[in-house]
Amino acid sequence: MSSTPLDTKGEPVFYLQEDHHPENSTLLGFWIYLMSDCLIFAMLFATYAVLGRSYAAGPAPADLFDLTLVAINTAMLLFSSITYGFAMLAMEKNNKKATLGWLAITGIFGLAFLFLELYEFHHLILEGAGPDRSAFLSSFFTLVGTHGLHVTFGCIWLVTLMVQVSLHGLIPENRRRLMCLSMFWHFLDVVWIGVFSLVYLIGVVG
Amino acid sequence: MTTHITHHEDAHQAHHGHSDGHDAGHGSMKSYMTGFILSVILTAVPFWLVMGDVFSSKAVTVALIMVFAAIQIVVHMVYFLHMNSRSEGGWTLLALIFTFVILVIALSGSLWVMHHLNINMMPVSPDMMRNAP
Repeated sequence: MSSTPLDTKGEPVFYLQEDHHPENSTLLGFWIYLMSDCLIFAMLFATYAVLGRSYAAGPAPADLFDLTLVAINTAMLLFSSITYGFAMLAMEKNNKKATLGWLAITGIFGLAFLFLELYEFHHLILEGAGPDRSAFLSSFFTLVGTHGLHVTFGCIWLVTLMVQVSLHGLIPENRRRLMCLSMFWHFLDVVWIGVFSLVYLIGVVG
Repeated sequence: MTTHITHHEDAHQAHHGHSDGHDAGHGSMKSYMTGFILSVILTAVPFWLVMGDVFSSKAVTVALIMVFAAIQIVVHMVYFLHMNSRSEGGWTLLALIFTFVILVIALSGSLWVMHHLNINMMPVSPDMMRNAP
């Protein structure tokens, strides 16, 4: 028993009372990355809060936003969150096929979200309400566009992991990666709560 | 010596058992569905408030939207991101609190400073020119 503590007469003394998860340090690191990402979004929200009412005699949110479209968009992201949750549950049960299936459904919801958002942006720009129209629209496109860019990279990451899982199965490395993407995906949904509440709903209320 | 080994194994078992519990804390069907149903309600109500013109007062609607958003963010944190004071020995929660403090300072600070600038350095409109003493 070389690992026995110095006090060999009595019971072994464990000096580290709290549990340690060195195998999970990637998750803590990724969480800290997410927090720094959260600060990026906080700055963009602050910018929007300051500039969001500078219309430069241009269109206001109530003239531009179609809340039905935003509601469908929100639903897409919410569904993708729960289907990613199902993928994680399937992963816990070592069910590779179900994991891949739920990941594919998550990806489809993510792409639907992106498609609707690009449709909205395209529509706004065609109406002459592009990011160059007013400070409100500049900050709007920056905030919502940054979120959309995150979702885009999330989708790319999702496809990469689907290839990894189908090639190598649910090995510990892939589990860890899926956990990280899970946090990223749910985090994006949290940011979207802020976007639809503060930008769209409060914008339309005025 | 044998007692040492059993003790050590007991400790290991306990630790391992806790590890499993920790993993189970990463989500069950029930917790995901609870989170999902709460999120649907907390999303649908503010949309209904705005799209259905429920309250005539803007301030009430805005306040309610913000309350619902705050609750939904907490719901997502707990049920989807499995936030609790135990994960990673509390470090994730500490990082979250730190981020939240910076977030509040940055948001309220920006609004406060820019509001003052708006008051003190507002460009003079034609209307103000006419009313100027």
